[in-house]
Amino acid sequence: MNGLDQVFVRLCHWFAGLFPASVQPLIACIVAITAIMVVFASCFALTTIVERKVLGRMQNRFGPNRVGPWGLLQPLADGLKMLTKEDIVPYSADKTVHFLAPLALTVPIWLAFAVLPFGRNMTAVNFNSGVLFFFAVGSASELAVFMAGWSSQNKYSLIGAMRAIAQMISYEVPLVLSTVPVLMLAGSLSLNDIVAAQGTYTIGGLARWNVFTPWGLAGLLLFLIAATAESNRSPFDLPEGESEIIAGFLTEYSGFKYALFFLGEYLGLFAITGLAVTLFLGGWHAPFQWLEWVPSWLWFAAKFGALIFLFIWVRATLPRLRLDQLLNFSWRFMVPLCLINLLVAVAWYWSGAWKSVVAMPVRWLLCAALIALPYHWLGRALRSASQSPRKYIYAE
Amino acid sequence: MLNEIAFLLCASIILAGAVGAMMLRNLVHCALCAAGAFAGLAAIYLQLNAEFAGFAQLLVYVGAVAILIVFTILLTRSTELQPGAVHHSSSWWMGLLVGGLVLACLVGSIMSSPSLVRLPSQPASAPVKGIGEQLMSQYIMPLETIGLLLTSALLGAVVIAVREPEKSDPPAR
Amino acid sequence: MTTPLANYLILAALLFAVGLAGALMRRNAVLVLIGLELMFNAANLNFIAFWRFNPHPERLTGLMFALFSIAIGAAEAAIGLALIIAIYRHRRTAQVDQFNSLKG
Repeated sequence: MNGLDQVFVRLCHWFAGLFPASVQPLIACIVAITAIMVVFASCFALTTIVERKVLGRMQNRFGPNRVGPWGLLQPLADGLKMLTKEDIVPYSADKTVHFLAPLALTVPIWLAFAVLPFGRNMTAVNFNSGVLFFFAVGSASELAVFMAGWSSQNKYSLIGAMRAIAQMISYEVPLVLSTVPVLMLAGSLSLNDIVAAQGTYTIGGLARWNVFTPWGLAGLLLFLIAATAESNRSPFDLPEGESEIIAGFLTEYSGFKYALFFLGEYLGLFAITGLAVTLFLGGWHAPFQWLEWVPSWLWFAAKFGALIFLFIWVRATLPRLRLDQLLNFSWRFMVPLCLINLLVAVAWYWSGAWKSVVAMPVRWLLCAALIALPYHWLGRALRSASQSPRKYIYAE
Repeated sequence: MLNEIAFLLCASIILAGAVGAMMLRNLVHCALCAAGAFAGLAAIYLQLNAEFAGFAQLLVYVGAVAILIVFTILLTRSTELQPGAVHHSSSWWMGLLVGGLVLACLVGSIMSSPSLVRLPSQPASAPVKGIGEQLMSQYIMPLETIGLLLTSALLGAVVIAVREPEKSDPPAR
Repeated sequence: MTTPLANYLILAALLFAVGLAGALMRRNAVLVLIGLELMFNAANLNFIAFWRFNPHPERLTGLMFALFSIAIGAAEAAIGLALIIAIYRHRRTAQVDQFNSLKG
């Protein structure tokens, strides 16, 4: 059903064709930007209500169900509340920086959506080094967290901001390292090439997604854990721990600025989920060859929705990690595992030349052992490390 | 035409950020202006078709060096106004003079150079594959040396900045 | 008017001059370091501008130099800032004209 697959591309071309030839590239860009902003802003609204309902059901209660059928108009009520709240700025706050912090958070994250392939021929910008662009704009939004925390001139905000930055920097390393096997084996940093490299099907009809290999599975798990930490979501939501430091670096924000921070956080989550789908889950490809008639953007949306549900599920299940547990986990467990994952990917690639009927199970066993044994040993080392007496190190 | 407008915009952002970083009184504002200048430079690199360098600049300078600078400002308590301290040194006119002289020399040599009349006939592109191949073949020695350098810098920074436990410290809980 | 290459070189010269003037004018050690980073970036811009307007852009020399320079600049910033923190611990100040115990 090629028609339904390319319906958005055709709509964009038709609309751009209504204008003179000199401005057509500009119009196509504007159409793509508008489409991305509309789709992901409504996705944000939908996710707020879905998250609250799913969290509620997992905690054996109903979520919000007063506004509209099954509570589906709750985002509207939330939006109205946020927009009409009084915008309070503390008297001693740094006005310029306080004003610019929500913008500095949201603008780079919108940029990250430009390189994601949402369907066949549906990438906004095809950079040669798309993955590097994604991580660069992700790291540019960390300074905004500091701006928010420091400009509020509030002890708790500053503590929350420092914790948030320490967490985000520590988890950037496993995030980038866990994608390196994918880039190595796809041979390119361009996201379209990475999706194309996962587009072939094996004899049984199953697609060759990266997650169906041992290094891909380990890589996806490491990437998802690091993504949870980068988005400050539970169990890594110490920076916004409500029970400890009020709201962390968001304490002095109210009304629309708070809504912008909220939006930025969820958009970051969506962008990283989109990247996980592209790198590990085969992008817009179907899992089986006989399912290829379903439009590619529907496959992307389905995988995206499944990962978002996974994030909500993890939030409902796991308790919050303490700061030193969090940092230990990143530097002493995840970074070594990511480096070992590189070796596993190399072993998988070299053993791909084996031509024997038992080659597949042997390869799987070898690579799985290569990653499972260090996982076990590192886990035991981590457990014993966290039970030693805590040492306090002060700044001066 | 569009190229020139983009260049002028980015150049004004960079220069405004640089001047702000050096002139402002509040140190955190200086650090944030410097981060803005780095981001403007990344945009200029993108305009010069050096995509990899532009994204690396964003990742390293805005994402890491700016945060390091901000942390140091906070850890050395430079945000508090010291009583009686002036934020300019006593020989500030010397700094301006030297800067002006250097600027005059550089601009003079740029404008009087005969080799700047050549223009390229083809657009340049730096595919990441080409960068990778050259890094692994022609520039392998600098690559390994950079690895050693970064490792030693990491260890050295930790060793210099960590506080040695003194004898009079209370025992750890 | 000036060629595009000259535009980029003049921008780099201006940035270098601002960084140099600031590093010489300000008293706080962190600001001296920011000035140094601005000078580093001006040199990087020079390299990339010369690579771009080279008749042989497939020789990636300028780009490689700029990439390595970015990495080295980051390492130097880390060490410099660690030094400032260590000195602050002893001298309780980050003003460069107070670091004068080797004088005379």
